[in-house]
Amino acid sequence: MAEANPPHFETVIQSNLSGVRHVVLVLSGKGGVGKSTVATQLALALRQAGRKVGILDVDLCGPSIPRMFRVQDRDVHQCDSGWVPVFVDQEKSISLMSIGFLLEKPDDAVVWRGPKKNALIKQFVADVAWGDLDFLIVDTPPGTSDEHISTVEALRPYKPLGAILVTTPQVGQLAGALGTAPECTNVFSKGGGEELAKYAGVPFLGSVPLDPQLSQSLEEGRDFIQEFPKSSAFPALLHIAQQVLDSASQRSS
Amino acid sequence: MDPFPHNIFVINCPGTGSVQAGRAAACQGCPNQKLCAAGAAGPDPAEAAALRERLRCVKHVVLVLSGKGGVGKSTFSALLAHGLAADESKQVALLDIDICGPSIPKMMGLEGEQVCSYCFCRGGLKCLVEKHYRFFIHQFLRDVDWGEIDYLIIDTPPGTSDEHLSIVQYLGASHVDGAVIITTPQEVSLQDVRKEINFCHKVKLPIIGVVENMSGFICPKCKNESQIFPPTTGGAEKMCQNLNVSLLGKVPLDPQIGKSCDKGQSFLSEAPESPATASYRNIIQRIQEYCDLQHTQEEKII
Repeated sequence: MAEANPPHFETVIQSNLSGVRHVVLVLSGKGGVGKSTVATQLALALRQAGRKVGILDVDLCGPSIPRMFRVQDRDVHQCDSGWVPVFVDQEKSISLMSIGFLLEKPDDAVVWRGPKKNALIKQFVADVAWGDLDFLIVDTPPGTSDEHISTVEALRPYKPLGAILVTTPQVGQLAGALGTAPECTNVFSKGGGEELAKYAGVPFLGSVPLDPQLSQSLEEGRDFIQEFPKSSAFPALLHIAQQVLDSASQRSS
Repeated sequence: MDPFPHNIFVINCPGTGSVQAGRAAACQGCPNQKLCAAGAAGPDPAEAAALRERLRCVKHVVLVLSGKGGVGKSTFSALLAHGLAADESKQVALLDIDICGPSIPKMMGLEGEQVCSYCFCRGGLKCLVEKHYRFFIHQFLRDVDWGEIDYLIIDTPPGTSDEHLSIVQYLGASHVDGAVIITTPQEVSLQDVRKEINFCHKVKLPIIGVVENMSGFICPKCKNESQIFPPTTGGAEKMCQNLNVSLLGKVPLDPQIGKSCDKGQSFLSEAPESPATASYRNIIQRIQEYCDLQHTQEEKII
């Protein structure tokens, strides 16, 4: 679908992502394992470390990022260099772009075939005026499909730092949170993310406990930014964020 | 909102099946315009008709859908197949069109029911692009010898995308008894499921009802119930009321469900005493009744 590209595609891409220092993708073959939650938490942890972060949500059929930050009612505006992302705070330390901001009604179904999804993702990569960012986190839908191919191809010129793979967490800490017997802890069959990482020869970044209080606060639309540092998931995410920072500084040097 | 830079949002899209497809004013600038104008967006009508002819021996077709991933579509599909097949006079087939992440073969232990999925050649199929979906789904339907079948259950990937469009276009929405939509109680899941319900309306796919999965967690030891996914916005119950869709039932989380699935066994026969089993059986019964009703209505028309 090369003909669908805007004529100034290459030049826009140069100016709009040139202020972004590192690109990180969040992936998982499986749905509902917490990709968007991890993307959100990672952004908050990196912000805690004083970095400027953007999140690009390329899940076109089920965008969750706007709701995670409680900004689902906001609109995207246009400026000379493209779409202005939605900022979650006054300091503009976290900016977001998602199809959720572009739908007229939040419950509209996006029923698109591949080429159309491809075109929007290219536009997301090319036309969002991110400004200066330390990290751009790309949240993806489940699977290994159109969205992923389009995203990886569009981002290839920017040499992404890498991908974080999310799998269903081991729920060891759940017992304490729920106050039930130890047998209750294994809500999902133990997947063994660490084992998987060893098997596949990829680094294991850490396991994030399931925190019912955090999902509760998220559900009730409380401020994730305020609530998150109190969560039992927070230290785990700080640890993961530190590893992302380490690998970014290795890349820079 | 408007105008968007390259007019990517076709607000008044006439629909890929329309005679106006690719030709309406709204199609100008849409990246799919050429595809639609060439008639390539929908399946070849003759081909689709031939497929339906082949599937005439299938009495009931049930689609299992959800906008959200990881809510238990495949688990439900597998248990629905087990549950329906408990009646030995019934033949049940299960089709997995989640091409990127097929889980059915593992859950079924590849025994008993007729299982079909592309997992066996998954190594070479890790990435599939748009036109392949249609090809594969077409091939699934055309090349599998389904025989005489009472129920064909189709398990789908999350979302409202290529696979969903293709299966509905090939089968024809009117040839599907209906869709069962799976959700979990929390708003993050419900917001995607509302989109799925709109998708069904858009393609005129009847909705049998909604199943609320992982609805509370019952500790096997102390029998206490806790909410892992809190239904803060009223859960599926309230959504169904608002959208005028029936709620088929709520299924609590039981760690045994996951274990049985990993071993490829039927949870229904492994844990007949579990409250989740009772709930599943009740839901399966309602789906059966719905399908029987469809059948008698069709006979009346003939």
